Amino acid sequence: MISVQEVEYVYPSGIKALDNVSLEIGRGELVALMGENGAGKTTLLKHLNGLLKPTKGRVLIDGIDTREATVASLSRKIGLVFQNAEDMFFSSTVWDEVAFALKNFGYDEHTIKKRVEWALRFMELEEYANQSPFILSGGEKKRLALAIILAWAPDVIALDEPTTGQDQLQKEKLMEMIRLLNTQGRTVIISSHDVEFIAKLKPRIVLMKQGRIIADGKAEEILLDEDLLISCNLLPPQIVSLTKSLNFIGVKPSLIEPRKLAEEVVAKLRTLPKH
Amino acid sequence: MRRNFKRATREARGDNEALKLIEVRDLSFRYPGSSNYALKNVNLDVRPGEFIVLAGRSGCGKTTLLRCLNGLIPHFYEGDFEGKVLVDGKDTSENPPHILSQIAGMVFQNPDSQLFALTVEADVAFPLENLGLPREVIRERVDWALKILGIEELRNRSPFELSGGQKQKVAIASVLAMKPKVLLLDEPTSSLDPLSAKNLIDSILELNKREGLSIVISEHRLELLLPHADRLIIMDEGRIIYDGDPRNVLEKDLMPYGISAPSVSEVAKYMNSLKGPLKFGKIPLSVEEFVNEVRRVIE
Repeated sequence: MISVQEVEYVYPSGIKALDNVSLEIGRGELVALMGENGAGKTTLLKHLNGLLKPTKGRVLIDGIDTREATVASLSRKIGLVFQNAEDMFFSSTVWDEVAFALKNFGYDEHTIKKRVEWALRFMELEEYANQSPFILSGGEKKRLALAIILAWAPDVIALDEPTTGQDQLQKEKLMEMIRLLNTQGRTVIISSHDVEFIAKLKPRIVLMKQGRIIADGKAEEILLDEDLLISCNLLPPQIVSLTKSLNFIGVKPSLIEPRKLAEEVVAKLRTLPKH
Repeated sequence: MRRNFKRATREARGDNEALKLIEVRDLSFRYPGSSNYALKNVNLDVRPGEFIVLAGRSGCGKTTLLRCLNGLIPHFYEGDFEGKVLVDGKDTSENPPHILSQIAGMVFQNPDSQLFALTVEADVAFPLENLGLPREVIRERVDWALKILGIEELRNRSPFELSGGQKQKVAIASVLAMKPKVLLLDEPTSSLDPLSAKNLIDSILELNKREGLSIVISEHRLELLLPHADRLIIMDEGRIIYDGDPRNVLEKDLMPYGISAPSVSEVAKYMNSLKGPLKFGKIPLSVEEFVNEVRRVIE
């Protein structure tokens, strides 16, 4: 579905943001690009819908080379939600903002109405439908950016740092939405350094550092490797640190749920000899 | 008069209650054009050296409350203001922000909104120059602020070529140079990666422990802050819902308020509900506290 082949990208300023990056992402996968600020996560995401074209190497989307396609045609397949949601907005109402792309894609009025209503309801923004997108709070703007992409339902949804500035309830909602989209068969790619969020989501993790991919594997493996995470300015999730520190009662390091760990610790303590 | 006398006697007794750096009394505030109050009847005291964490959903009133603690409200943000806020005994509605900011310094979410000069040094010195302080004093304070945050080597760099974490430290240094008694921080780590966030929080903890500065910080990364916090305040829809020792507050169900307890606290709460061999008297806030309790039970 997505094939990134030996991609190098040098910004006009001369900074090399991607350095020999190769990555295959299959249909229906759930992938997190992780790494510190400046590792190249956003630059890589911008290559997927053709906003940026490789200096060297190539990116294929369903076999189409991004250098030979327009951003508009790629965007129907891949919806990218930016970190600064405001960059996306220009309409005078929240409703128009969501409807804009649908009109451009040539959907009929009835479909547009249904989709906009659904997307706004899903992101809990119905009450703002007739207001300006610019008066929304930071978290609401982020949800609007998601609603815009949701409405046209592309095969691939790429989210750049979706949890920044979101409180826990909004994060739970976001997680629910990502899972829902993923079970519908959509490919979801998120860039994030929110380790606790990723630890709950448990996607495939692609770890980036200084424009390169330095690890690629299951969350259950990558998030247990403290040295690897620290080398990327990340920290292991607290549950992993806890399981590691409970090794002396026979707990194995893992990304276990808090409730299950509680049961395991209680069971272990019951079997230990009493003093 | 009577109240002042009571205070003086309490102070003479060394009673902590009397020493209030910030007093918020029956505070309500509504932004212009908004139908809802952003703060509803808030009461709060901040004492010298306290470390207070503010938490709650986006839009719960944390930022508005912080803005009230250094006079940004009502001086920069107008609206319906009811009640009283005293900062080191000064009524915020009667004293201008440049006076109040020497007592309560504010650091914002986005450091770019606070930095503008060509060098780090100039940025930190700027507010002091505005106060008209002598040059030697300015130099001394800039040196001190850069040193305490461990960013002396950034002195001649442009703030705009720094990383997010470094920028945020420069922003704190420029507030610190005013020698405030309390530092107010509004989600200062929200755009930082985890290690940079930890690093910044460690610096803030140092300021509290070594310099005795009071800290009021709003944050989502509770696991890094709570082990060191004196109080955790939960806000919702403009009201203070809980205010107390983080260990006690975490025993409540905080999910409706958009708070996720650190994983260690969650595990401990589940264990208590299972009524196993280990009952946590106080909810642990760090891996270390958790493990110590387990060791205590088996040894």
